[in-house]
Amino acid sequence: MNSPRTLYDKLFESHWIGERSDGSSLIYIDRHLLHEVTSPQAFAGLHAAGRPLWRRDANVATADHNVPTTDRDRGLDGIDDAGALIQVKTLDENCARHDILHYGIDSELQGIVHIIGPELGLSLPGMSLVCGDSHTSTHGALAILAQGIGTSEVEHVLATQSLVHNRLKNLQVHLSGTPAAGVSAKDMILALIRRIGTAGGSGHAMEFAGPTVEALSIEARMTLCNMAIEAGSRIGLVAFDATTRDYVEHRRFAPRGESWERALEYWEGLHSDAGAHFDRTVELDVGALPPQVSWGTSPEMVCGIDESIPEPESPTQERALEYMDLKPGARLSDIRPNKVFIGSCTNARIEDLRTAAEVVQGSRVAEGIDLAMVVPGSGSVDAQARSEGLDRVFTEAGFEWRAPGCSMCLGMNPDSLAPQDRCASTSNRNFEGRQGYGGRTHLVSPAMAAAAAIHGRFVDVRELGGAS
Amino acid sequence: MQPFERHEGLTAPLRQDHVDTDQIIPKQFLKSIERSGFGANLFDSWRYLDEGRSDQRHTQRAINPDFILNRPGFAEASILIAGVNFGCGSSREHAVWALLDYGIRVVIAASFGDIFRQNANNNGLLTIALPEDVVQELMQHSEAGGHRLGVDLQSCLIEELSGGDTREFAIDPIARQKLLQGLDDIGLSLLERSAIEACEQRRCSTEPWVFAPLQDREPSP
Ligand code: SF4
Repeated sequence: MNSPRTLYDKLFESHWIGERSDGSSLIYIDRHLLHEVTSPQAFAGLHAAGRPLWRRDANVATADHNVPTTDRDRGLDGIDDAGALIQVKTLDENCARHDILHYGIDSELQGIVHIIGPELGLSLPGMSLVCGDSHTSTHGALAILAQGIGTSEVEHVLATQSLVHNRLKNLQVHLSGTPAAGVSAKDMILALIRRIGTAGGSGHAMEFAGPTVEALSIEARMTLCNMAIEAGSRIGLVAFDATTRDYVEHRRFAPRGESWERALEYWEGLHSDAGAHFDRTVELDVGALPPQVSWGTSPEMVCGIDESIPEPESPTQERALEYMDLKPGARLSDIRPNKVFIGSCTNARIEDLRTAAEVVQGSRVAEGIDLAMVVPGSGSVDAQARSEGLDRVFTEAGFEWRAPGCSMCLGMNPDSLAPQDRCASTSNRNFEGRQGYGGRTHLVSPAMAAAAAIHGRFVDVRELGGAS
Repeated sequence: MQPFERHEGLTAPLRQDHVDTDQIIPKQFLKSIERSGFGANLFDSWRYLDEGRSDQRHTQRAINPDFILNRPGFAEASILIAGVNFGCGSSREHAVWALLDYGIRVVIAASFGDIFRQNANNNGLLTIALPEDVVQELMQHSEAGGHRLGVDLQSCLIEELSGGDTREFAIDPIARQKLLQGLDDIGLSLLERSAIEACEQRRCSTEPWVFAPLQDREPSP
């Protein structure tokens, strides 16, 4: 009998190639997702060295980081920025040259790379998956060994179908308790990062487990895994279960027929065995968790909506408060954003938009909100939302409804904050200038962002009723 | 990749924890398809007083005199000393390219973001993690200006050249070898071609659905 193993151990072992002459471990990469910003130098390196692509069908590309969210009917002509245009075109060319499946700016399936992977069934349980983007941890919600890599590694994967990956330690995050109505996976992960810090998971693969996680939808689990990297872990994981099965079944590239049955049988084993050893365990009871709002410039600078901004404990925190123009002791519910962004690979899936729409339904965006925008995570999310009339709920309330992409999550495209703007954002990073030079970001859940748009300040969505 | 054996240079203290890669190289400079030319925009929003654009001449921009690399005697620094979790956040390798392009060869910090560290190893930028109190001490010494270190990767020693301690540092032996030899990672992995192929075959039999062709698939309803 083998000794009990964690999910990470199993995935590591099933992809393990062996050791190189330098002693490092190589793992086999099943799926490689590409986007326009971190891939051009990798392709250039591959071409310069005259190396072929190892396996074409491991690769899938989309343009997301740089694409505008307006004027999309104009395709490439709608991109005003010369640099962005070159990157989007370069991706087109590289994919054409190697015949790589590519959801470009004109495709109705285009979207944020971490949204389209799972939704098209390109990201499947048991796989190893990489992308030149740190939020690749998202795909771990489907029991996938998924991690973000740098551009040199992108080139390495293109050429060798493998990645140098030495075995990580195991960290289990055990979530228990039933969250209050209006409290979501976003609040849970923000609370966790506050607890363990942005370096808390460094060197570890982070598996989310426990009754709360088991009760979460796949989309919510993706929100958790998405921000594992914000807690320092480049890998987030959730075990395969019936919820995973129901999510994956019938996706565009999911296996079918006999192949599906065989896959299911294999996937049933994708969980940590009873008694498996975790190097560390963190327990979090989310039963009484209030909605969370970040107040600083690091995702660990977070508190509950019912709290006040804490006294700074370090020069870094002092600096953060200064940048955010906030005073210790001020109540979070007194903070008044002037912009609201609902989008990003953390929170731009259909459930996120439904939750936000429920809060917005029948209300108007408050005075003092200069811009409230919804950016669906993909063409498929966009189409689904429209078919449910969600776009109208938002636009009738005064929101703008945009075309899919990363948008104001990092503001590489025209959607960015102006200096001193204060934004309620469903994205994942509140770093200085992340959403625009001098802009101030408050990370919140979709429900909290929607409520901030309607009330003109942060409010406790538990008190609104209806938001669930 | 440029091998790293020993480096002597001036230090600069960056008194910040959690310096993320968005700070090291802000997004507006990622719209390049080259690997070089990022040094002028290293720490852009801290280094300059205006909002940087990729089409600007950096020599014509107003610099922030308070930022460490702009203070007299620190611009030539090639060894950066920072707090905990340096390089957290985005996986952008541009952050490492920007540091190298500026002339930084070594970053000493209390800890590093995992992906950043890997990217650094892949580009010949040496990252050294030291206990927080040692980092604080080095920062203090550095603060005074003219503080030079000799960093030797053969012996894993850091020597304070202007007088002071010589300290050992620990580094992953594999990363060390790779830096010392300036190895071509892809070439090294391709030596394992048959092992990669064997793993591919094995996976093809245990999880064949992973290898289903994408191009020829009919879109399903
Ligand atoms: S939405 Fe934001 S975090 Fe996600 S991939 Fe795009 S830029 Fe990165």
